[in-house]
Amino acid sequence: MQLIACPWCGPREETEFSYGGQAHVPYPEHPASLTDEQWAHFVFFRDNPKGPFAERWAHASGCRRWFTAVRDTRTHKFLEEVPR
Amino acid sequence: MADGIPGLTLVHPLEGRRDALAAASVGTLLSLDLEAPVAAVDLRVDPDGSGPAAVGAAVGAALPARPDTWTALPSGLALRLGPDEWLLTSTTADPQDWEFHVDETASAHGGMAVDVSAQRTSVRVRGTAARDLLAFGCSLDLRPAAFPRGRCAQTLLGQAAVVLVAYDVDDLALIVRSSFAGYVADWLVDAAAEFQP
Ligand SMILES: [Zn+2]
Repeated sequence: MQLIACPWCGPREETEFSYGGQAHVPYPEHPASLTDEQWAHFVFFRDNPKGPFAERWAHASGCRRWFTAVRDTRTHKFLEEVPR
Repeated sequence: MADGIPGLTLVHPLEGRRDALAAASVGTLLSLDLEAPVAAVDLRVDPDGSGPAAVGAAVGAALPARPDTWTALPSGLALRLGPDEWLLTSTTADPQDWEFHVDETASAHGGMAVDVSAQRTSVRVRGTAARDLLAFGCSLDLRPAAFPRGRCAQTLLGQAAVVLVAYDVDDLALIVRSSFAGYVADWLVDAAAEFQP
């Protein structure tokens, strides 16, 4: 297990956190105007880079806040944790 | 705290484990005691606005400004649970009155306070082995220098979410949701076996 630096609480055990998928996925401005295929892309399709990946994490067992972190998917090393 | 609704007796959620916790205590090494129920409200208010100072004035002491710390109120505690969240307890107020009192001020500053008196219960963990005991199931650095008096933290003890409160080097409290309290008490009794002579 490794420590993840919650922007609010500081370094905490990984088990206190839950994963929220890719960060910076904007909600469609006009959802009703999307085709089924476009909607499916918004709901289901995510990047899967080999390397740094901006992700949403929640400090579920601590302050219960969401934040954005950049994690290297090759090493599982956290490069950056930022509030909101 | 008042005795609750007339005709109903307030019973500690861990009443059935009171004896087991006492039996697991080991002289000055370790003592596990149930803490009397308190009135508690969960306060949510913008930390950058005028709310925290106003609520502090209303409850008689400044709210903790730093994350994961607590301050003493005239008869209770103010624990900072998150950026915009505090837990305020009172040993003397009636829960409904406590909620009304805090919410009256908080809502005037765009915040709110909700009575959570029945949500959590508390176990006091004291003794020279208190920190060693908790460290068996908690990944925080609990050495006195890293977790001194005045600190608190929401974290995991075993599988249960708890609020750890540091009163002193040999004096801590666990605040736990009532539905998890039985598990935590059983965990404490089991872990305390390590210190039995
Ligand atoms: Zn946190």
